[in-house]
Amino acid sequence: MNFIYDPVPWVINWLTQLLLSWGLSENFVTTLLYLIGAVLICLGAMLFTTMLIWAERKIGGRFQDRLGPNRVGPWGIFQSIADMLKIFTKEYINPVGIDKIPFNLAPVLAVAAVLAVWAVIPFSQTVFGSNINVGILYIIAIGGLGEMAIILAGFGSNNKYALLGAFRAVAQLISYEVPMVIVLLIPVMFSGSMGLNEIVQAQTIPFIVYAPVACIIFFICSIAENGRAPFDLLEADSELVAGYNIEYSGLKFGMFFVADFLHAFTSAIVFTTIFLGGWQGPGVEQIPVLGGAYMLIKTLLVYFLMLAIRFTVPRFRIDQMMALNWKILTPLALVTVVVTALVDKAIPHEMTVIRIGALLVVNLIIWLLADRMITIYRKRNPVQVVTGKLRPLARPEFLSVAEKETAQ
Amino acid sequence: MTGMQLIFLIAAAVVVSSAFMSVTSRRMIHAALWFVLALLGVAVIYALLEVSFFAVVQVLVYVGAIAILIIFATMLTRRALEDHGKQFNRATLMTLVIVSVIFAGLVFSLRSWPQLQSMTAPLSADQLDVGVLGLALTAPDGFALPFEVTSILLLAALIGSIYVAYERKEKKK
Amino acid sequence: MIPLYWYLLLAALLFCIGLFGVITRKNAVGILISIELMLNAANINLLAFWRYLYSDTGDLRGQVFVIIIFVVAAAEAAVGLAMIISAYRQKQTVVANEIDSMKG
Repeated sequence: MNFIYDPVPWVINWLTQLLLSWGLSENFVTTLLYLIGAVLICLGAMLFTTMLIWAERKIGGRFQDRLGPNRVGPWGIFQSIADMLKIFTKEYINPVGIDKIPFNLAPVLAVAAVLAVWAVIPFSQTVFGSNINVGILYIIAIGGLGEMAIILAGFGSNNKYALLGAFRAVAQLISYEVPMVIVLLIPVMFSGSMGLNEIVQAQTIPFIVYAPVACIIFFICSIAENGRAPFDLLEADSELVAGYNIEYSGLKFGMFFVADFLHAFTSAIVFTTIFLGGWQGPGVEQIPVLGGAYMLIKTLLVYFLMLAIRFTVPRFRIDQMMALNWKILTPLALVTVVVTALVDKAIPHEMTVIRIGALLVVNLIIWLLADRMITIYRKRNPVQVVTGKLRPLARPEFLSVAEKETAQ
Repeated sequence: MTGMQLIFLIAAAVVVSSAFMSVTSRRMIHAALWFVLALLGVAVIYALLEVSFFAVVQVLVYVGAIAILIIFATMLTRRALEDHGKQFNRATLMTLVIVSVIFAGLVFSLRSWPQLQSMTAPLSADQLDVGVLGLALTAPDGFALPFEVTSILLLAALIGSIYVAYERKEKKK
Repeated sequence: MIPLYWYLLLAALLFCIGLFGVITRKNAVGILISIELMLNAANINLLAFWRYLYSDTGDLRGQVFVIIIFVVAAAEAAVGLAMIISAYRQKQTVVANEIDSMKG
């Protein structure tokens, strides 16, 4: 295999030969290479997070009609390093009355739960961590571990606000898992397997064309699972001061921060893998490295879309968020899955164009019906405007005659 | 000792010790968190048994839903004067004796069984695939009927539990 | 590599710890946790038997039984916790001995 066309398997092969020639046993060499791969992925992900934070602040600044950070280095690219140095050198404050083990374990578990997802994602045709045949369920199960981290943080801090924030956060996360899991049945149906490698290989035409409504539902649920705007009720300063990570300082808070941004990027990568075709693109069979490049480009596009939504849309209230999930997304997801399964079964797989056409028409019908129903419901129960009495403007023409005379 | 045996021993030690801490903790929240650790250990045991689907479903259902439900219930039923009084009631010593007798009985009744030392048969990858389980669960001459009955049972249980736990505003004093 | 009886011993030990918890725990939620431990022990037992004795015959009854136990455990945890919360609202206690208004 060529080094330029396919660098990672070439390096793995070379290392294997080298270690075997030193006389180590084969099992040991395999385990050692897995360990080295895991460490490299974790290091790469965490170091990439610094660039992501910089990109987010710059792009967010431009959306809000201001420059982002631009002092530290050209275009401010070293700003993240300055932030990191500050967070590393801050003191760990342990409040009185905390539970030591949950308090200290929570940030570690939060980051671990995000990094564990990177083990199953295929970066190109030959570069992936491991190909378990229940990859999609694994990703959602690891999300459950992330919720455990939030509960540990909430209970470990001896603080009522942290506890309330943790419970609201977990309630939001487990609610938005439901439509996400239901919608993930659709790519599984189309590709015939739950393993991520098979799903990417079945996407000669990306699944976003086959199932756009499912794609949108999955995207919304990913944003909600992250706790990003517009679902960032949990960390809004006006609601619950910083939510479940109030009592954390220094690198422990830094870990939560990194977990948040890395989770956003990981959601973008998972979305790309499942719905946008992963590493598929022109010319991937001859040059597998191009797969990694395509994946990076697609993921950064999806991440940009997440940023655009974050800096444009105002925040949801908690009852609006729950209503969105249980009243709109879950029935829509169920209907989409059932209808897509019926249409997919009715049309044989060979007639690709007719199949895509039928699925697109069905998705459009579902979308329009849902839109119609929501509009009718909103017309019948208009949202109560919660303000006080309308106060008149303070202008001279609204003053009464007596006040005008005393003013003159 | 091979790597798999070592992993099994570590996972088994984690499971047994967390289960023991879970049934003997004074504070309920500590018991719930040790329970979560025991469930994660059991998931590792399932992965060792090469039933990867059940390992993932264990984390998803038990840790991600049931354990969180138990933690929520612990939070909702806390009182200010928690951990008051003795943790164990009068029956503890007697129970210890009875449970040890039951365990010894289970162990001794297994010793005369000839297939005790059996090892795993090597299986091909597609026999352990989750698709085989899916086909069995939906085949009409397979297990489709128990599957459907179990789904209806779950639906009835969930509707019932929502109804029981619902706070009726008009009946509160 | 790993003989069958290691799994059976682990399942038996977990079951006995769960049984101990069910009988000695005062708190109702603690009793529920111990019941879930016993169900997990039964699952380990079933899956070990399936893998070692039946996995090459294509007979999937062990796995289907485990799936049904998962579902039943989830349903029972939901119903049990709903009843505990409801009883807590009425009687302000979760200690199992103190919910005794039907005691003869």
